[in-house]
Amino acid sequence: MSATERTDVLVIGSGFGGAIPAYHLAAGGAEVVILERGPHLTAPDFTHDLRLGSYTRIVDLVQGDGITVVAGNCVGGSSVVYFAASLRAPGFVFDRRGSLGHRLWPSTLTRAALDPWYDRVEEALPVAEQSWDQVPYPGGLFAAACARAGRTCNPVPVAVDLARCTNCNWMLNGCHFDAKRSMLLNYLPAATAHGAEIRPLHEAQTIAPATTPGYRYRVSYTQLDAGDYRLPVGVGAIEAKTVVLAAGALATPVLLQRSAPLLGGVPQAVGRYFSGNGDRVSIADVDEGKVRDLLGLERAPGIPYQGFPIGKPIGSMSYDRLDPATAEFTRFSLQQIYFPGITDLLAQATDTPATSWFGVRKKEMRARWPSWLSVLAMTEDDNEGVFGPPPPTGSSTRVATSLCLSTLSYRPTANTLRGWAAADAEARAVLERDGLARVRPWSENPAGSVSAHPLASCRMGDDPATSALDERGELRGHPGLFVTDGSAVPTSLCVNPSLTIAALAERACPGIVESTAEAGVRVRYGAPAPR
Amino acid sequence: MVPGEKRYGGDVAIAGAAPGPGAVQAGAVELLNLPDLGIGILLPELALLVNTRALAYAATHGRVLLPTQPPFVALRFTDRTALAGELLTPGAPDRQLYVLLALFAAAAFDTAAHLHTAAAVRQRHPGLAWIGFPVPDADGLWRFPDYSYGRRLASEHPLTTPGGHPA
Ligand SMILES: Cc1cc2nc3c(=O)[nH]c(=O)nc-3n(C[C@H](O)[C@H](O)[C@H](O)COP(=O)(O)OP(=O)(O)OC[C@H]3O[C@@H](n4cnc5c(N)ncnc54)[C@H](O)[C@@H]3O)c2cc1C
Repeated sequence: MSATERTDVLVIGSGFGGAIPAYHLAAGGAEVVILERGPHLTAPDFTHDLRLGSYTRIVDLVQGDGITVVAGNCVGGSSVVYFAASLRAPGFVFDRRGSLGHRLWPSTLTRAALDPWYDRVEEALPVAEQSWDQVPYPGGLFAAACARAGRTCNPVPVAVDLARCTNCNWMLNGCHFDAKRSMLLNYLPAATAHGAEIRPLHEAQTIAPATTPGYRYRVSYTQLDAGDYRLPVGVGAIEAKTVVLAAGALATPVLLQRSAPLLGGVPQAVGRYFSGNGDRVSIADVDEGKVRDLLGLERAPGIPYQGFPIGKPIGSMSYDRLDPATAEFTRFSLQQIYFPGITDLLAQATDTPATSWFGVRKKEMRARWPSWLSVLAMTEDDNEGVFGPPPPTGSSTRVATSLCLSTLSYRPTANTLRGWAAADAEARAVLERDGLARVRPWSENPAGSVSAHPLASCRMGDDPATSALDERGELRGHPGLFVTDGSAVPTSLCVNPSLTIAALAERACPGIVESTAEAGVRVRYGAPAPR
Repeated sequence: MVPGEKRYGGDVAIAGAAPGPGAVQAGAVELLNLPDLGIGILLPELALLVNTRALAYAATHGRVLLPTQPPFVALRFTDRTALAGELLTPGAPDRQLYVLLALFAAAAFDTAAHLHTAAAVRQRHPGLAWIGFPVPDADGLWRFPDYSYGRRLASEHPLTTPGGHPA
């Protein structure tokens, strides 16, 4: 398997960023191959199980210096393991200037400009609005606490078939009931129906100029062992007229760093300006008696709450602090969220940072686990993450099942810390009022800050010095090489990012089709939403 | 990481600092030896490393250790806790290793990561029982037909756009 193959379009990664262009190009008539590092699993494989070897087949914990990131590793990418909150970014986000002092998003991009693309994605997934009687107990409790503190609170729109959902709270494992609308249920099957070929357990390693006339790039890959992703079992190369790089914000810049000598250099913004979306999680240790007395809630006779493990993980959130009139780095959303037990380690039980997250007091707190409530603040961070030199293969070094070490380092600046402090204060103002709960952010000692929303490591923009992609998502200086995943998003979003990643990928498609047609492929843009 | 009661009189490995079973009873050692994890073979070396640090801790804090016990075991519980805090503090040498060990110890307790969860809940795995992890349906899957308070509990933000998004 060392002969070079050829295709019109090669897509690297099969999450939102890969699946959407794959569909439009295949539907438009191009020959499309998708390389995906992870395995191809479907609903029957998605078990309710926390044993190592179950969800760890498809979820990676990627440890950098000062940050740990969670990401999907399978066909469908992080959409398979995500929590399906599907939100449009507030308008002010597109005007963000960060600490550079100039607009970071391309001038053509505003909320109004992106709304038609959001519309398409919402139709394709599709996204559902939860009514209040579909918001699970934790979301209800958070809403009631917000109301009592004089705040508003909204049910969260979700990419979930609400009629099929069993509120089992196992989204991290992939949805056993096919209720969560991951890429496995829409864009990917529609792409394969138009002839696109998905190759699981194929990890792209380098991108180089092609040698065959008419082809622009040559991508080399390694095939990985299905039982141990550390073991290579084959190699190969594919030449393509267009390459869509969508390996996720942790992998896309690393692939480009490794390819830089082959490509004659890459823009200097590649591997810089990483954002963790300003993610900041806190655990509230809730007083059941106060839930009854202060909020008047009772879910069963004598049981005010005890609902932490019940539901869809994300139910409700407050938009109160998304006020465009307030200063950058002080705006955020506050969202109720559930994380599976593997993160219980991070909850702090005392105010002594070095030992707050383990020991006797922590064990006492674990006995009240059904009464926990967790909240995620998505703040404005400062794009301060930087990748070091790339590892020999892949995007990080896999040390054990699902555990990877990355060269990413993240040292929060004063701006980011200001946002986190504001979010912590707001969480306390809402949840500690009259002793309803005790709120503490996750400890940063074991893993640094933790994010499930990696962004911006190969971002688009107007300024070539601080953005790697032009406003069409093409890598500067490399025609026909597009980046359409979370790495292209210029800044943190103050909401969960998937809908914005997907809308930007939809928006990039006409340009990718045009570029592919210019390279001599008979392809047209204009396919409807997949069904 | 998750302290527990002694398993038997004269159990020296477990300090007995908290009531109820801890990470060891929950299967931490089994988990670390799981072939899928591939680190079982390194455990003696890791124990050596921890004991070296325990010796150094004792020396710098003026603690006299019983020579018949491995140094970490010979430390009092409060000293074990303080030493663990030191080993796990950002910037400490070999910290990543200790974080992994802490992660797996906690995962044994909080998630029974060496067992299939449905079976672990049914056999009353000590950690899952301690946290009150819910019981699955007969087919080993979780479903919560009763999941919502069923009413509006707050007003939505006045500037919410169609579809439920922030403006
Ligand atoms: C647990 C969790 C919960 C989340 N919940 C939400 C939520 O509720 N709402 C929301 O909006 N967002 C959520 N997110 C974030 C969201 O899932 C991601 O932002 C989004 O899926 C990223 O899409 P992407 O296309 O950029 O990357 P991904 O979906 O991560 O896709 C990248 C793909 O590329 C593959 N890949 C990597 N390297 C290579 C290589 N060298 N060769 C081939 N393939 C490669 C990866 O295996 C992966 O499949 C969550 C994420 C996680 C992990």
